[in-house]
Amino acid sequence: MAKTVESYWNDLRETRAWRSIFRGAPGAGNLHSALAVQQNVFLHLASVKMRRKSLAFSATWYLGTLTLATFMILVGTGVLLMLYYHPSVPQAYADMKDLEFVVSAGLFLRNLHRWSAHAMVLLVFAHMFKVFYRGAYRPPREFNWVIGVILLLVTLFLSYTGYLLPWDQLAFWAITVGSNLISAVPLLGQKIRFLMLGGNTVNANALLRFYVLHCVILPFAAILFIAIHFWRIRKDGGLHTGIGDSAKESHG
Amino acid sequence: MSKQKEDMPREQAGEVSRRESFVKLGLGSLAVAGCGAAVFGYEFLSPNVLYEPSPIANVGKPDRFPQDSLTADTGSGIYIVHAAEGFYALSATCTHLGCLTAWKPELGIIACPCHGSKFNRQGTKVDGPAPKPLPWLKVWLSDEGDLLVDRSTVIPPNQYVRT
Repeated sequence: MAKTVESYWNDLRETRAWRSIFRGAPGAGNLHSALAVQQNVFLHLASVKMRRKSLAFSATWYLGTLTLATFMILVGTGVLLMLYYHPSVPQAYADMKDLEFVVSAGLFLRNLHRWSAHAMVLLVFAHMFKVFYRGAYRPPREFNWVIGVILLLVTLFLSYTGYLLPWDQLAFWAITVGSNLISAVPLLGQKIRFLMLGGNTVNANALLRFYVLHCVILPFAAILFIAIHFWRIRKDGGLHTGIGDSAKESHG
Repeated sequence: MSKQKEDMPREQAGEVSRRESFVKLGLGSLAVAGCGAAVFGYEFLSPNVLYEPSPIANVGKPDRFPQDSLTADTGSGIYIVHAAEGFYALSATCTHLGCLTAWKPELGIIACPCHGSKFNRQGTKVDGPAPKPLPWLKVWLSDEGDLLVDRSTVIPPNQYVRT
C-alpha cells in the first residue's frame, strides 16, 4: 500500500530528532494542541486556545499581522542593504546609487525596503484606527494600547531616521527641517537637537547617529515592544472579537 | 507582616532593621550610580570636537560686489549685499525651519523653497511662516582687505561696512 504524504509527515513527527526539537508528544486533542503552542518559543506568545473568529480572514485583513509582516520584510531587506551601504558622507549617496544601478537585485531590495516602510506606517495607522473604532483599547486591553502608541512612535522614528540615509537633497533638507522642529521644544530644544545630530548641522555625525539608531537601537526597541504587545494580547484575553462583554473578559 | 513584627520588638519601637537600612543604602547607591551614568551618557553623546566648517567665511575683495547688488554664497549660506550705505551680510538660512533660501533677482526678493517664506533684501519678512527676519551677520575687513563674515555672530540690522 502506497504511503500518503500525511503518513510520511506523521512518521517524521515521531522520529527522535523531531521529538528532541518539538517537545510535544505526537497525537491530537486539546491538551496536545495546547502544549504544541505553549512549548514553542515563537508560538508561546500566542494564546494556547483562541476563537475561530480571531483567525478567520476578515475585512480588515489582519492589520496588526500585516504590520508585523512588513516589519519582517524591512528587517530582511534592511540587513541586506547594510552589506552595500557605508554611513559616511563621501560614500552614502554613491552607495545608494550603486544599489539602484550596479548591485544585482539592489534596486528590487531598496524599493522593497522603501515601499514596505511606507506600507508599515500606513498599516500602523490603519491598525490603530481599527482598534480605536472597534473599542479594542478598552479594559482589560488599555495597557496594550499604550504599548501600541510606543510602537507607533518607534515606527515613526524608524521612518524618520531611515529618511536621512540616502543622503540626497530630500534627505538632507527633511532632516534639517525635522531637527529644527525639535529645537522648538521649550528650554531643552537646542540641547536635544545637538545630541541628536551630534553637532550643529546635519553632517557626518548626524548620518552616523541616524544609521545606528535606524539599524540597531530602534529595531531592537521595536522587537522588544512587539513581543510585549503580542504577549499582552494573550494575557488580556486574546484578540478582541466583539464577542462577550469586556467586564466578563476582564475576569478571564 | 504583622506576625513578623511581633517577633521583632525593635521594629515595633520604630527602629529601622538592619536589613531595611541595607536595602535603603543599596537603593541609594543605585540612584547615585544611575545619576552618574546619566551624566556620563550625556557627556559621551555631546561631541567635544566638531569637524564643522569655520563660522568665519572669507568672501573675497569688496570690489567683487558691484554697487546695489545682492550676491548669494550658497556654499557658506550667506548673502553679501552692497547697498548705497555700504556692505552687509544676511544669513541665507530661513528662520522658519532652517532651509537654504534663494535670491530671486527678477522679483527682488529672497524666497525659501520649503514653506514659501519671502524676505526683502534687508532680510525683513514680507510673506510666509518665518517668525523672524533673516539675521544680519557680523562683517569686517581683514588686514588683507578681504571681506570676512562671522556666521555665528548676529548683529542688529542696519550696520554697514564701508570700504
